[in-house]
Amino acid sequence: MSIEQTIVEIDIPWLALAGGVLIGLATTLFLLANGRIAGISGIVGGIVGGLLHFSWRDLDWRLAFVFGLIVSTLVWQQFFSLPDVQIQASDMMLVIAGVLVGFGTRLGSGCTSGHGVCGMARLSPRSIVATLMFMSTGFAVVYLLRHVIV
Amino acid sequence: MRKSIVLFTALISGLVFGFGLILSGMVNPAIVLAFLDIAGQWNPSLLWVMGGAVAVSAVAFFIARRRSTSFLGLPVNVPTSRVIDKRLLAGSFLFGAGWGTAGFCPGPALVMAGTGSEKAILFVIAMLAGMLLFEIAGHARKSGAAS
Repeated sequence: MSIEQTIVEIDIPWLALAGGVLIGLATTLFLLANGRIAGISGIVGGIVGGLLHFSWRDLDWRLAFVFGLIVSTLVWQQFFSLPDVQIQASDMMLVIAGVLVGFGTRLGSGCTSGHGVCGMARLSPRSIVATLMFMSTGFAVVYLLRHVIV
Repeated sequence: MRKSIVLFTALISGLVFGFGLILSGMVNPAIVLAFLDIAGQWNPSLLWVMGGAVAVSAVAFFIARRRSTSFLGLPVNVPTSRVIDKRLLAGSFLFGAGWGTAGFCPGPALVMAGTGSEKAILFVIAMLAGMLLFEIAGHARKSGAAS
């Protein structure tokens, strides 16, 4: 077999890569301008904690960031169409999933953006471990739900 | 004046982050779950999203490390802990379990909640409840330890 034949042809999902670059740029802006990690669970968790403990100090920039996330589809739609999104989970699954994600991200100090992007980008051992853990658990749960409990 | 710039950059960061999630398809749980479905019709997109995001962010951290303040003169708040403890492992486990259940993590859920999607809003409310539960449990543990 020639070298040309053994080279695997990788189909690059260009939109996924471009989207990732945008996420990276957002992270870059937030880090270099605000000096903060663009970890969504941390930003939102800080709002919850802040409100609970009546501490308003950090609330403004957190709310500004979250507001940006929330209106992003609105702004996007002024220029482009939204992709078709299918949320297949039942209401009960969404509630269970939500509580797990909310509690878990706070306990573990991060999520896909905090640990997966920011942590990995700076080669944090904590984040690498966290990412490996939530990825493998994600794989396992989907396997269970789709291929075992049928 | 400085304060409004800080809020503006936070807003733009959230907005562009949202754009990235939309463009990459990460707001679609079906695509995320397809990535997590290693035994099924595997969709590797998420790897490319993360790859692109990490590569660009790595440059930012390289620059940030050499600075004592951000470009707006704020302190650079990057976590310094290197401890891998039970909380990190358990929390990541629970998060992964939730992620694999609905295919939503915090960012995409908030973006989709912004479209008025009832399912996304339900997830967000449950997520906030989970976060509240954590805060209360933490507070209870602290009080218990003190007495």
